Amino acid sequence: MADLKLTDVAKTYGGTVDVLKDINLEIKQGELIVFVGPSGCGKSTLLRMIAGLEQITGGELQIDGQVVNNVPPAQRGIAMVFQSYALYPHMTVRDNMTFALKLAKKSKEEIDAAVNNAARILQLEPYLDRLPKALSGGQRQRVAIGRSIVRDPKVYLFDEPLSNLDAALRVATRIEIAQLKESMPESTMIYVTHDQVEAMTLATRIVVLANKGIAQVGSPLDLYERPENEFVAQFIGSPAMNLLAGEIVSTGEVTGVTVHDGQGTIMTNIPTVDSDMGQQVNVGIRPEDMIEADSDTYAFSGKVDIVEALGEVTQLYFEAPKSDTDTDTVIAKLPGIHTQMRGQEIHLTARPEKVHLFANGRSLLYR
Amino acid sequence: MSPIVQGLITIIVGVGGCVGYFFLSNLVLDKVIFPPRGDDAGRNINRANMVRPWLFLFPALFALGLYLVYPVIGSFVRSLYNRSGDEFIGFGNYTTMFAEEGFQTAFFNNFLWVIFVPAASTFLGLLVAQLTDRLSWGNIAKSLIFMPMAISFVGASLIWKFVYANDPDVGIINAIRFALGATQPLDVLQLSFWNNFFLMVILVWIQTGFAMVILSAALRGIPEETVEAAIIDGANPFQVFFKIKVPQIMGTIVVVWTTITILVLKVFDIVYAMTGGNFDTEILPSYMMDYMFRDDGRATAVAFVIMIIVLPVMIWNIQNARKEMR
Repeated sequence: MADLKLTDVAKTYGGTVDVLKDINLEIKQGELIVFVGPSGCGKSTLLRMIAGLEQITGGELQIDGQVVNNVPPAQRGIAMVFQSYALYPHMTVRDNMTFALKLAKKSKEEIDAAVNNAARILQLEPYLDRLPKALSGGQRQRVAIGRSIVRDPKVYLFDEPLSNLDAALRVATRIEIAQLKESMPESTMIYVTHDQVEAMTLATRIVVLANKGIAQVGSPLDLYERPENEFVAQFIGSPAMNLLAGEIVSTGEVTGVTVHDGQGTIMTNIPTVDSDMGQQVNVGIRPEDMIEADSDTYAFSGKVDIVEALGEVTQLYFEAPKSDTDTDTVIAKLPGIHTQMRGQEIHLTARPEKVHLFANGRSLLYR
Repeated sequence: MSPIVQGLITIIVGVGGCVGYFFLSNLVLDKVIFPPRGDDAGRNINRANMVRPWLFLFPALFALGLYLVYPVIGSFVRSLYNRSGDEFIGFGNYTTMFAEEGFQTAFFNNFLWVIFVPAASTFLGLLVAQLTDRLSWGNIAKSLIFMPMAISFVGASLIWKFVYANDPDVGIINAIRFALGATQPLDVLQLSFWNNFFLMVILVWIQTGFAMVILSAALRGIPEETVEAAIIDGANPFQVFFKIKVPQIMGTIVVVWTTITILVLKVFDIVYAMTGGNFDTEILPSYMMDYMFRDDGRATAVAFVIMIIVLPVMIWNIQNARKEMR
């Protein structure tokens, strides 16, 4: 049960290859922090650095106010759940869970109490004397979590714990983890995933990692509604946010923009100052915020290339606007079923509170 | 005809014959016996596919039958006859043999060999495999340790004869003794009981490389996460090795152990070349060699005893090896 503080943490391999740098992050007790980011962004490396499995090559890591850069993993008060479960295949479920406690020379009563408690929480009681190979994937992951719980760590670390499970089990286990967190509100958890749904549903705060650093830290809905930069805007939400090249034509409490391939002036609730007049911007609109517009004022117009009818929504794919080199396709997500739209020319826009503005990759909302 | 030409012809005829056999027999099966045409085309294809494995296995089965199964039965029959082979004496060879002191010594020594050599080789192999795993020059060390595997037992015995030589200018053992103050050279091969172990060291020296290679591969197959999980659980390097790594490769360790055990039960060259079985160093295979050509009844009886001892180890070995492959 502890706070974590990362100050200018960096990771360099062989003195030359930077993997992470300038990581500044404070994690408060009881938070469930999720690290997300594209493959190779270093999110697992950062977790392993917190665990002590990777050397911290720069900066400082504090757990509970104590600098632990050179403290061995076992004494940092952390427990880790691995993607591959990492159960000891030659030990029964009980032995897997008691291994750490026996190494720590805990008394038999203490060990039994801890194991029985964890087994009860995770419904593992019937399986305590089985070997891991006799368990299903979901059960194995529960054992891995149980192995963490018995140690009563200050910080729980999860490294993509659900990636090896099939879709249905993943949902069930995700909910179990959420319930587990609820039953232990004091515990601090750090969770690495590449799955947005896991990040959005589990996190107290999400840390988006990109380009060797932190792109944004915030609550899930913060990241969705107020992304700080184009990367976060496009990374959170699926399909990704559309970015359309445009220009600011009126400033003030609300801002007017024209989109190069659109028509008329689109309004957005993002305030701007006079000096922003004429600024080239990317207008960001999420596919699900796209609404059909009339032919006078619209942000985008195009012929529907592909229709994906998912039942509750229909995803429309358009070819990218000619003047825009950043975007490959424009996607709109309309409620209901619209299978007849293929090949049609439609006009799209969005309500002012749903329009984001980015200049040089940064949101104009934050400055 | 020069030996080189002879050798070449043998290779060409041998390899060509094998290829020819598989190719032609397959051709005959597919085109002549069960041709895939006519009314029964489908049935013929199925039948050809059922026959094919046996067709291809036949040469191996035939050779094994001729050179393995028949000699075993023949040896057993021969062991029931007297020295010259003209009088049936039942288990007479066995009863006299078991009563003989030389056989008992050989049996006891062989027991020591079976205990010591596989244990030492496997343990050292495991140790080397683990210690060289993370070293930049680990592969060089491994190559050096593996090298004795390529030396014949007699060759290795010659090398160790120098090590054990009864002369401080030649043998390192005596050189060390002299350096420590001894004045009389000692022939360690004549030290009763302990000389057995000096002979075993040679086989350990040879077999450590074998154990190391197999166990090194097995150690690399251990999922790294289990090791990391153990480190987080607070295990020190010794505990990681003995409580996490070794149990996970136990199957491989057993296979290595039993494979070396089987080998130990067959080795006679080292004893034969080093002491000739003198000074109470006789083991069963060298004991058998003593009687070969002098008393084939007795020799085949020893051979049979060795086979009976090896058999259970072999079965266990094969079972474990199969388990490992799954």
